[in-house]
Amino acid sequence: MRVQIEGSQAVAEAVVLCRPEVIAAYPISPQTHIVERLSRMVKQGDVGRCQYLNVESEFGALSVLIGASAAGARTYTATTSQGLLFMTEAVYNAAGLGLPIVMTIANRAVGAPINIWNDHSDSMALRDAGWIQLYAETNQEAADLHIQAFRLAEELSCPVMVCMDGYILTHAYEPIDLPDQAGVDAFLPAFSPVQVLDPSDPISIGAMVGPEAFTEVKYLAHRQHLRALTLVPEIAGAFEQQFHRGSGGLYAAYRMTDADTAVIALGSVIGTIKDTVDELRDEGIAAGCLKIGCYRPFPATQLRTALEGVSRVIVVEKDLAVGIGGIVSVDVRMALNGSPIPVHTVIAGLGGRSISTESLKQMVRDARAERLSEPHFLDLNVRVVDEELARRYEQRRAGPLAEQLIRAVNAIGTKVI
Amino acid sequence: MTTQRIKFYQTGTYTAGNRLLDDEARTVQSRLDRTNSLNSGHRACQGCGEALGARYAIDAAMKASHNRLIAVNATGCLEVFSSPYPESAWQIPWMHSLFGNAPAVASGVAAALRAKGHEHVKVVAQGGDGATVDIGFGCLSGMFERNDNVLYLCYDNEAYMNTGVQRSGATPPFARTNTTQAVGEAPGNLLGTGKNVPRIAMAHGIPYVATASVADLHDLEAKVTTAMGMNGARYIHIHVPCPLGWGSDPAHTLKVARMAVESGLFPLFEARSGAVVDRTRIRRKVPVERYLELQTRFQHLFKPQRDREAIAAIQAIADENIATYGLRESGSL
Repeated sequence: MRVQIEGSQAVAEAVVLCRPEVIAAYPISPQTHIVERLSRMVKQGDVGRCQYLNVESEFGALSVLIGASAAGARTYTATTSQGLLFMTEAVYNAAGLGLPIVMTIANRAVGAPINIWNDHSDSMALRDAGWIQLYAETNQEAADLHIQAFRLAEELSCPVMVCMDGYILTHAYEPIDLPDQAGVDAFLPAFSPVQVLDPSDPISIGAMVGPEAFTEVKYLAHRQHLRALTLVPEIAGAFEQQFHRGSGGLYAAYRMTDADTAVIALGSVIGTIKDTVDELRDEGIAAGCLKIGCYRPFPATQLRTALEGVSRVIVVEKDLAVGIGGIVSVDVRMALNGSPIPVHTVIAGLGGRSISTESLKQMVRDARAERLSEPHFLDLNVRVVDEELARRYEQRRAGPLAEQLIRAVNAIGTKVI
Repeated sequence: MTTQRIKFYQTGTYTAGNRLLDDEARTVQSRLDRTNSLNSGHRACQGCGEALGARYAIDAAMKASHNRLIAVNATGCLEVFSSPYPESAWQIPWMHSLFGNAPAVASGVAAALRAKGHEHVKVVAQGGDGATVDIGFGCLSGMFERNDNVLYLCYDNEAYMNTGVQRSGATPPFARTNTTQAVGEAPGNLLGTGKNVPRIAMAHGIPYVATASVADLHDLEAKVTTAMGMNGARYIHIHVPCPLGWGSDPAHTLKVARMAVESGLFPLFEARSGAVVDRTRIRRKVPVERYLELQTRFQHLFKPQRDREAIAAIQAIADENIATYGLRESGSL
């Protein structure tokens, strides 16, 4: 059924179609609309016997799901940013215990300075926690990915994060095609856990493992995770067969045939990049776009194949690894190991900064002219940075950095958002 | 037929005496059909109060739930000494997740059971004082205020013993730990610090809060049984001496625990919906020195010279407990 609906509401509807049994959530923007809608639907009795717990923290939220999942329930939560970091210990624990929890990340910057707007710093910080990470390009895909995520998680006994850009997607109203219940029931079988707390068959879950077996346990978790490289496209294919709509998959190529410059990114910025590619093509520049849909496990072999024949790769990433630069680009370089194709890192869209087609076009032109700094910060306000560096050089007790920068930006009158 | 009412102390021991009781009044632990939920062969230290308390508490919970019980365990001594794969001592479905989240994990198990219509299966969560009063306190308070259907058992040995005896929020004043050493001015843990979690639990208005001690295992079992007969969030705070951390003789675990109760330092009471409804009277009050002198963690209060001021301060705490809970008063509250 096609409805005009907010991204968050669409995700909530998709989650309900998956018949979750326990939902626990703690409010944090921009995830709130998802869990508000879910709380209403559970209270109204739209979700069977599903239990909705208002908990005291994100750490509590995921911990509740760890218990519920181990007791055999299908479980869901949503969080973002500080909330995701606050639950970090439980994030690793859920993966280590092999519990197929599905969690939406409404991607948002991580402070300090506190910032509620979108970038990928939060989910990137936990990319190696053992969760599968899927990134949605559109709200349609965000809704569809949740339905795929439960099947993927439960088939592998591995938790899945569905990452969608905060505000850009979560708060955008679009026409969304919501699947029908019968279709979802046919696509998603009932949860059949590989381990369950059951008095008629008592087991111990989560006991200590020493050096004699820890490596093997971790190795098998890695092997299991890598199975998603086969399962993600399989499940996307099954989804298309069921609902007659392509969604998900490991990656997606746009105008990559004969492209000499490939722009790689994740999430909603892909739409802007596709527009940029179209405009560059009109200029006669052979640009293409490669979307990473599944970031963990990382589809290195698939990306290497998809990048065959390009002269350069630009990774546009909404995150920053302080002290080195890119995160995604490091993985892309690994995928291209031994290949002469240069990989550029472009840090863009931090803390909600808009990414314009104009800036992206200039970025591609600069890369082709070998003028791109490494890493390159898209639309960096160099004047404000230089002035602040000079001021800090002169004055030891220079005060809070963020406050000074805001003053400087306002003094110059530059519009940055 | 003439009958004579036998009191426990007349048998010469506080823990034996089952053979003098009616069958129904005997401890769960003395029955042939006890479940041995925490089986022998685990790795607890000699004289471990926590192992003893957990064994009695969980077997009693098993009996009360007709053997339909799931246990969630916080990280800590109990988890470590009982569980290493493949030698788990647990004969019941048991789960360990993290140090600070046992109450939330248990809430999740309870929620899953409700969602699946398996409410006949009961949930207990258990942790040491560090997991309960410190790192897991947020989750504990959340579980309480939501009135989730979980019985939480805190085994209080008054410090972080698993990591090698460091101070917790339950460490008593003047006690020496490895992070409150018996050096400098005011040696040991500072007077005026720490928190009383049973009282905080009561402030949540939850259906049942009790304190218990391995000094009175009959009472411990009775309180677990009472709690298991109720729904909602329930809390039992169990005093369990730690020979390693307290510097007490492993053979004296019950004696040390009894001195804590008999001195008034560890009052035994029950509360329902935020109000104290019963307490265990102290039959023969002992001065706090009788408790302190059994433990090297208080040695600096006696050597090289007696610290009269500190001992008086501890005695004042005991006396205040006795007054607050009516531990020396006869009759019901």
